[in-house]
Amino acid sequence: MNASSHFVLLNNGQGLPWADIPEWPAEEFVHTAAAEIERGGRLCAWFGLPEGTALRLVAVVAYDADNALAVGRSQPFAGGYPSLTVSHPQAHLFEREVWEQHGVMPENHPWLKPVRQSAGAAPVNAPCFRVEGGEIHEVAVGPVHAGIIEPGHFRFQCQGETVLHLEIALGYQHRGIEQALAGGPHRATLSQIETVAGDTTIGHATAHATVIEALAGVEAPLRAQWLRAIALELERLANHAGDLGALANDVAFQPTAAACGKIRGDFLNLTALLCGNRFGRGLVRPGGCGWDLEPDRSRQLAERLRAAMAEVGRAADWLWDANSVLARFEGTGVVSAEQAAELGLVGPAARASGLVRDVRFDHPAGWHRFAQMPVAVWPDGDVQGRAQVRRLEIQRSGAFVEEQLDSPVDGPWLTEMPACAPNMLAVALVEGWRGEICHVVLTDDAGRLRRYKVVDPSFHNWTGLALALRGQAISDFPLCNKSFNLSYCGFDL
Amino acid sequence: MSHGLDVLARLAFWLVLAPLVPGIINKVKAWVAGRRGPPLFQLYFDLAKLWRKGVVLSTAVSPGHVAGPAIAWVALMSAALLLPLGPAGAILSFRGDALLFVYLLALARFCTAGAALDTGSAFEGMGAAREVSYAILSEAAVITALLTLAVQTGSLSLGAMLAPAAGPGAAVLAAGLFVVLLAENCRVPFDDPNTHLELTMVHEVMVLDHSGPPLAVILHGASVKLLLFATLLVQAALPLGQWPAGPAAGLLVISLLGVAVGVGLVESLLARLAFQRVPLLLTTAFILCLFALLTSWKASTSSEARQGAMNPAECRCSGTRAAHSAALPGESGGKRA
Repeated sequence: MNASSHFVLLNNGQGLPWADIPEWPAEEFVHTAAAEIERGGRLCAWFGLPEGTALRLVAVVAYDADNALAVGRSQPFAGGYPSLTVSHPQAHLFEREVWEQHGVMPENHPWLKPVRQSAGAAPVNAPCFRVEGGEIHEVAVGPVHAGIIEPGHFRFQCQGETVLHLEIALGYQHRGIEQALAGGPHRATLSQIETVAGDTTIGHATAHATVIEALAGVEAPLRAQWLRAIALELERLANHAGDLGALANDVAFQPTAAACGKIRGDFLNLTALLCGNRFGRGLVRPGGCGWDLEPDRSRQLAERLRAAMAEVGRAADWLWDANSVLARFEGTGVVSAEQAAELGLVGPAARASGLVRDVRFDHPAGWHRFAQMPVAVWPDGDVQGRAQVRRLEIQRSGAFVEEQLDSPVDGPWLTEMPACAPNMLAVALVEGWRGEICHVVLTDDAGRLRRYKVVDPSFHNWTGLALALRGQAISDFPLCNKSFNLSYCGFDL
Repeated sequence: MSHGLDVLARLAFWLVLAPLVPGIINKVKAWVAGRRGPPLFQLYFDLAKLWRKGVVLSTAVSPGHVAGPAIAWVALMSAALLLPLGPAGAILSFRGDALLFVYLLALARFCTAGAALDTGSAFEGMGAAREVSYAILSEAAVITALLTLAVQTGSLSLGAMLAPAAGPGAAVLAAGLFVVLLAENCRVPFDDPNTHLELTMVHEVMVLDHSGPPLAVILHGASVKLLLFATLLVQAALPLGQWPAGPAAGLLVISLLGVAVGVGLVESLLARLAFQRVPLLLTTAFILCLFALLTSWKASTSSEARQGAMNPAECRCSGTRAAHSAALPGESGGKRA
């Protein structure tokens, strides 16, 4: 990035008047966005905004190295625009989504098909990519799976046991969250946000609270920001511990699989100790937090955290001490750093491919402006790398929470929320345990929410999974899938 | 014991005791993981439940879909009845029954794989392909193991082959057969009996479309196969056939328990192999059996050389049998002294 950036700059968790955002005709806008990405930007969000019968495109780009976000928009247009995907593949799902929602055609998009729903709001059943040949066989998995997991359809083109191509079709969990949020905030808004992806309740609720506070022009009290940071890391600990167990389970390595199921419960119970709900429902709300953490509960939290950290450390050691496990993890499902960057992967999946990409570090907002932690990066891009990043993040999150509990901030934990300012746009990024959660909100003339765009990390990362499977054994799919552990409902919204 | 009672007792051993083995393995796994685990008799409960259920049949399948598991079960039970149980010998024993034993196992596999392919499902096709490609290597190992015993004893009847220990190569042979047991019964590290992931299964995926009594027959057949390989392993390694009935029965039960615990420990402490690595391990099992074969062949030729022309080679066969039948009184005589 340099001074010649055309998009308007802002920080994470900041709002700016809608009128201040520069606009271009559609074609020029795409070229400008491409130039921003080439300058080192990364596409965080790309969505359509209906203006009468026409449509505006809005793009949010993140400059990770410069701790800055940039926003630009197009003038209203109808019909089509030159596809950004052709030069920057990270836009491919965003453009398909805009096409599906608003009917504007990204010209020359290489693989234009619905993202979530076809005509009758039914899940995707568009034709999948096919490989022809006498030795090729096609395996269709889902949307009903053998385990208790979310619904999604996976289509493998295989030659023997080797996967040539995997196509992932989702949309079975589409609930219309963005549409429901428009016109708000309603009484149900917070509950809807908390269920965008139930295992990322704290992450999405924090992004929502931050963005609404930015629109209202207030900042949550420091103690609330401190509590949110603790809750966010507890959520990460629970899910990463569960993931290590699930990875062990997928290679039938029993010791870690059995231990981590229990340890995940221990971490969830810590969140329950914090706010009464294992998934953190009702803790984070615009204006602060729902509950305070009294000193004696804080002590109890620290004590139980130390015990759980010791256990999860042991369980992880078993995993890395077993050569039979490493033989399965190493070299399986490799995503190179170039591929990860080109696809715009986020979270542990990006960091395991050697990309230093962490919102807490790159775009600190809230408590992370005052308390930092190192970014966990691993260069290999394989299942072992993704597991290793989780292991490192468990250690660092545990240390972070302990440190924070030792030095609490005093003061109120909830403040009055004024109404949102009219015609403002605000962006909030939060590093959830799966990666970057992006909420972009625009208010209308009356200060109601005109457009609420949610980008779950899974939206960026599903394509990474498809790429990881290229040339892999089909029997390694569950292992690769678990190493990404993406959300179906977060993608389907 | 009259012959009729003997047959009934054998049938009971195979029919009633077989489902206990997976129960023991699961208990061991649960114990290592610090869980309580399913009840020891869980498979019996499952079988009873499945037997009471109806059958859901795909419209795409032929009668072979149901006939396959039935034939496979009969083949496995017949193979089990060919296997001697310590000094009691086998119910059915004739020259060359070892070959029939191998073919019965192959027939069972063919029928299970055929019933799986019959559904036309991509998963079951993959499972059948994997099962059959593993079989190429594991069958080679089993045949080599039987060949070792045949060279050792000069007989082609399982009763005579398994009565004495496998001689100098017994430990190597037992190791090879243990790996084959894990592969043939789809245990870790070859397969994961607990997985719910269709794409990684071998045996489990072949039975995905079976339900009710046919599934019960498959599950029972699988437990019989497990007990069968365990019994084969124990008797190949230990000279149970030359012991008096009481201690032999006791040792058989203890060793079978040992094998089950061993399988449970392997499953508790090892991760699964990647499919590409499976041939390596199976080839290792084959080579172990091959070493046992070479050892016993070497031993038999050198003993022949020692004995010189006094004992013509063609008499060795009956000679060994005579020695075998004479061994029992000799053993008990030794105990008395």
